[in-house]
Amino acid sequence: MSVDMRTFLAHVELANPITTAAGCASSGRELAQFFDLHRLGALTTRSITMAPRAGRPTPRMAETPSGMLNAVGLQGPGIEAFLERELPWLAQRGIKTIVSIGGGTVAEYSELARRLADAPGVTALEVNLSCPNMEDRGRVFAREGSAAAEVIASVRSIMRYDVPVIAKLAPDVADIVSVARACVDAGADALSMINNPLGMAIDTEALRPSLAAVTGGLSGPAILPLAVRCVWQVHAALPGVPLIGVGGVMTGRDAFQLVLAGACVVAVGTALFHDPYACLRIERELEELLRARGFQRLADAVGLAHRPPGSAPRHLLVDTEESTP
Amino acid sequence: MQVTGTVLTTRRVDAYHALTVVAPGIAERYRPGHFVSVAVGGPYSSMVTRRALSIHDVKSDYGGTVELVFTVRGSGTAWLAERRARDTLDLVGPLGRPFPLPRDPVHCVLVGSEYGSAVLFPLADALLARGCRVDFVLGGAGAERVFGAMRARRMAETTTLTTEDGSLGLRGKVTDALPSVIADTRADAVYACAPMETLRAVTAVAMEFDIPVQVAVEEAMACGIGVCMTCVLPVIGDDGATRMVRACAEGPVFRGERVRFEDVGTIPFDALGAPGGGARHVS
Repeated sequence: MSVDMRTFLAHVELANPITTAAGCASSGRELAQFFDLHRLGALTTRSITMAPRAGRPTPRMAETPSGMLNAVGLQGPGIEAFLERELPWLAQRGIKTIVSIGGGTVAEYSELARRLADAPGVTALEVNLSCPNMEDRGRVFAREGSAAAEVIASVRSIMRYDVPVIAKLAPDVADIVSVARACVDAGADALSMINNPLGMAIDTEALRPSLAAVTGGLSGPAILPLAVRCVWQVHAALPGVPLIGVGGVMTGRDAFQLVLAGACVVAVGTALFHDPYACLRIERELEELLRARGFQRLADAVGLAHRPPGSAPRHLLVDTEESTP
Repeated sequence: MQVTGTVLTTRRVDAYHALTVVAPGIAERYRPGHFVSVAVGGPYSSMVTRRALSIHDVKSDYGGTVELVFTVRGSGTAWLAERRARDTLDLVGPLGRPFPLPRDPVHCVLVGSEYGSAVLFPLADALLARGCRVDFVLGGAGAERVFGAMRARRMAETTTLTTEDGSLGLRGKVTDALPSVIADTRADAVYACAPMETLRAVTAVAMEFDIPVQVAVEEAMACGIGVCMTCVLPVIGDDGATRMVRACAEGPVFRGERVRFEDVGTIPFDALGAPGGGARHVS
């Protein structure tokens, strides 16, 4: 018997809970050479910016224990080219698309939302709050609840109501629950956790930082426990808010951990660099794990690890009507 | 495409390692210039990025084999060097854009330095099949670091070898020998694969002779399929604008004069989308 893998991201139904992580699948074309993108629950695009961006200098990548550092710097062609070439390509194929946006000012986020509000093919909007806030001495939006909330409120007021607005939070904060709450109060329909924490590596041959940008985002299995912790804490505080769990998911078991912590959608990032088919494999493995544990629906597992110790999972309670022959 | 390949043979070639892997799907789609990416460290490895390897040879034996050439640089390539016959490898390929081949039978000089030379041999086969004349210039730091000298001698009209320590062939770099080879062979085109500095010098020589030059660049890659955006370098497009393009998806082969070698490792101020650059004010 197959497990019902459908999930809801706010009010939008996805056929399965696996999506790509922002910045790890470009705009889909590259992965489409390997498999049919319809097999994803949704595709999350790289973060779209107003102007074209050349990004940071190379080297942009350094492998670290169970992870990697990257400092790409949101390289991309800008919203104009995205609306002209990339979004229509996805829309024509009917691929569920979560568009990630990034900006340096509240006005820039609002303008991006305005440009996307009428564009066909936007399933949801993910607001990348890990960009430096140009109006606030370069402090990252996600570092402060009020700054994050301002962006979310303005994007939410512009975006159509049938398009969920997702706030993507960073783990480099003292209290992620307060940032999460501020975003939800400002109108976020869902939250995505976590963006890359900042890290650094030093090249011991060159005796210099390994990355041209000195610091970079840490991704890969090294950050999975950080993601599980953030999802857990926020789900405990805000149990009704749909969460996208992201960070270091390499296997179905990793995805299952995030689901049990409270995520109803799981995004796959660095695993795609290792294996272009990672999303399909992880979805299969997750379904297998659910089936082996007697789950009929993915939804029954979401946040299940929060139940008090000793209590039986609800889905395993005997249904008397069906059990009588 | 992704295949699980089986290692057929392993051998040392000069200072480098070569693995022959049974990989039917990759072998039949391969064109000279393509590369593959390999997962390293086994299924429970802590190494999350793949290693991009150049293809030295493709044969139709055993349904299709590819021979991969690399040098040990870190723990990932050290693991690869320990593979033995019958071990399996997770390969993705063929990746990248291959070398464009001339329509007419022209004279081509193939320039390779260190193990970059590996990719030139299948290219030479393809050029010879089109009736081109092929001449090699191969170099390295020392005799043991010059890849494929014997094979080059067998297949090319002439082979010029250079070493920096003078232990083999001419003392110096490949670019010291290149001008006279181009002049002697009346070359119509140059193909090169080498470290960036050498490619820059090869391009300068070819431009002096006013002949086209195709270079295969080496850049650190995390994914090899065009999604991670880490292997970019500044390249001038048909419209004259410089863009930060991916070595894996738009390359690894570029027209030499289009690559801004002196700006590799930077974002040129006039590149599309450069910080504070003109493009920012356009939209």
